[in-house]
Amino acid sequence: MSYNYSLNHLKELESESIFIIREVAARFENPVLMFSGGKDSILMTYLAAKAFHPAKIPFPLLHVDTGHNFPETIEFRDRLIEKLGVKLTVGSVQEAIDKGLVTEEKGYSASRNGLQTAVLLESLENGKYDAALGGARRDEEKARAKERFFSHRDEFGQWTPKNQRPELWNLFNSKKNMGEHFRVFPISNWTELDVWQYLAEEKVELPSLYLAHERDCFVRDGVILADTDVITRRPEEKVEKMKVRFRTIGDMTCTGAVLSDADTLEKVIEEVATTRITERGGRADDKRSETSMEDRKKQGYF
Amino acid sequence: MISDPKRVWKTARNKDTSRNKLANKHFKSPLQIDHTESLYMSNQQTELLRFTTAGSVDDGKSTLIGRLLYDSKSIFEDQYEQIKQTSERRGEEGVNLALLTDGLKSEREQGITIDVAYRYFATPKRKFIIADTPGHIQYTRNMVTGASTANVALILVDARHGIIEQTRRHAIIASLLQIPHVVLCVNKMDLVDYAEENFENIREEFSQFASKLDVVDIEFIPISALKGDNVVNKSDQMDWYHGGTLMHYLENVHIGSDHNLIDSRFPVQYVIRPYSDEYHDYRGYAGRMAGGVLKKGDKVMLLPSGFTSTISKIDSYDGEVEKAFPPMSVTVLLEDDLDLSRGDMIIRENNTPEISQDVEVMLCWFNSSPIREKGKYVLLHTSQDVRCLVKEVRYKLDINTLHRNMDDKSIGMNDIARVVLRTTKPIFFDSYRRNRHTGSVILIDESTNETVGAGMII
Repeated sequence: MSYNYSLNHLKELESESIFIIREVAARFENPVLMFSGGKDSILMTYLAAKAFHPAKIPFPLLHVDTGHNFPETIEFRDRLIEKLGVKLTVGSVQEAIDKGLVTEEKGYSASRNGLQTAVLLESLENGKYDAALGGARRDEEKARAKERFFSHRDEFGQWTPKNQRPELWNLFNSKKNMGEHFRVFPISNWTELDVWQYLAEEKVELPSLYLAHERDCFVRDGVILADTDVITRRPEEKVEKMKVRFRTIGDMTCTGAVLSDADTLEKVIEEVATTRITERGGRADDKRSETSMEDRKKQGYF
Repeated sequence: MISDPKRVWKTARNKDTSRNKLANKHFKSPLQIDHTESLYMSNQQTELLRFTTAGSVDDGKSTLIGRLLYDSKSIFEDQYEQIKQTSERRGEEGVNLALLTDGLKSEREQGITIDVAYRYFATPKRKFIIADTPGHIQYTRNMVTGASTANVALILVDARHGIIEQTRRHAIIASLLQIPHVVLCVNKMDLVDYAEENFENIREEFSQFASKLDVVDIEFIPISALKGDNVVNKSDQMDWYHGGTLMHYLENVHIGSDHNLIDSRFPVQYVIRPYSDEYHDYRGYAGRMAGGVLKKGDKVMLLPSGFTSTISKIDSYDGEVEKAFPPMSVTVLLEDDLDLSRGDMIIRENNTPEISQDVEVMLCWFNSSPIREKGKYVLLHTSQDVRCLVKEVRYKLDINTLHRNMDDKSIGMNDIARVVLRTTKPIFFDSYRRNRHTGSVILIDESTNETVGAGMII
């Protein structure tokens, strides 16, 4: 009998990500895993659990909570933390606003996205974390296409495109000065479709928001938003019941839904495979300008 | 307490697993099943292929990538809409597909690519990762970076200009980095009236040149990225060409032998010790297979100690692994209670790598401050971090002619040189030719923390 010594692409991506997650645990003193409640950070947590099995994940999770999360996200997060037996730290944007550390945007399109960056940097500093694992992918957005697995940030948490180190083979330079840190992106090479296929194949539990459901929504600038008390609707924006699912889950004020009948993961995969709009096409925060992601990254956003 | 860690993740939603498990084991032609299933099942068989693209500034590299993405329907409407608007704003004729791969603001302004960008697309047969690297003379480092993990190198040539200095340089780098497969894409065939003669001349000239290189598998394809000839769809302008399209090549080139499956090498990356009641004595060595095959019961030797032991189990979250091979990430357990740590290596008995403090490399220099002879650097190799001394620069390689310059030993940005290093402790390596994972090193400057060089062990 001859053996087949090749992996399918999902297994190869899994192996690459596990390698990088282990590399972080070995190379850094105090890493942390960024957890947003979205599918990418759920995947990251799942891969971390795989990487250290049968031991527990040897670093805590950090959630930057804008205070505008879907309740489903928070419930899911708390359940997961309990099951995994890992520590969770929450950086609260609401608290930062209450303390006067940051000022909230006003108006119809107010978003806490910018504030998130400040709170993230503060949380990293408070925890003295020297590496933050994130679930960003290179296929998400063009400024991410050149992101490294090990992304160097200066003492202000800023990303300088010119200052990034070349990455060859699987040798990752994690050297830094005091006060600097790294953002590490183990699932850089996954696409949206890869993530869905893998989550389905591995039967990973996800928040119900990702599957089609009935919800009160309204349309703003072509984006379907959930009707919640954290968004002020303009007079002409009418609420309708729609069957929707979310492709990404972030702050309720800027996460767009898509009309969908996909109420199982298999149907979601089918939709993703044939869809014609990018995943972040529904994110109001990316629509602010053509280079908004690049600009936010330079300020320290993920 | 979780007795079965999998239960954390499994959902009641997807109970019917029998069909998918079967799909894992027995390959069925996607033609036999309906669309939904083929979509779901096809990924079981999908291989990952990484390729890099090299060409000089106007060879149409961005257009080629844009064409591959566009014709394979990997472009989304909002992306297409964005580049269409930009093309119109700039007053360009038609939609400029090259805009798809333009990345950062600074380079869009300059109109050039200044860093390696990664692109993704998939067909039912394979998933592709493109390392899109710029072709400028000053950016050799990016090309080397992109080439380091590639299965295939696409080298673009303008059919009107033929082989130029940069083509030779790209081929030399592909050869140095041991990219297993090289495709010479003769582009802009539309501008030479799709003439067979142009193509044949270029093929002839490049073949002669390549005979001096260490490239085994070379393919030649006449294309027009702009018009779409022979990229994804077969050209109806070149009856004289009987080969396949570029996409056909990328989907079918045999990459199963690109890993070394002979010399078993397992660098210990991390030691897993659960310290729980259930796994009280568990001591697992986590890492990624760098070469060969390991299985339970194999007699192994541990480096650097030289002790021998037997593999008692190869473990993973998904259960015991029957055979571990590259590039799998697994956890190895040994029968004997030995103290291994990160940087050590597990190998099969009677097949040892080189164990030495003296390492000779072909070094590509990435930094604006030149290499310091007798200077000290940090060297990264597999899971080892050691320090090293640059003992000697033997010669500088002219990457346009392959000429070895013994007199010029000033090695600056983008230069390639043969260099002798002395490490503070022995490292366990194979020649880069034999194994890309155990034959590669990077050098870091301790004062700046920058990655200053990449070396291929001779």
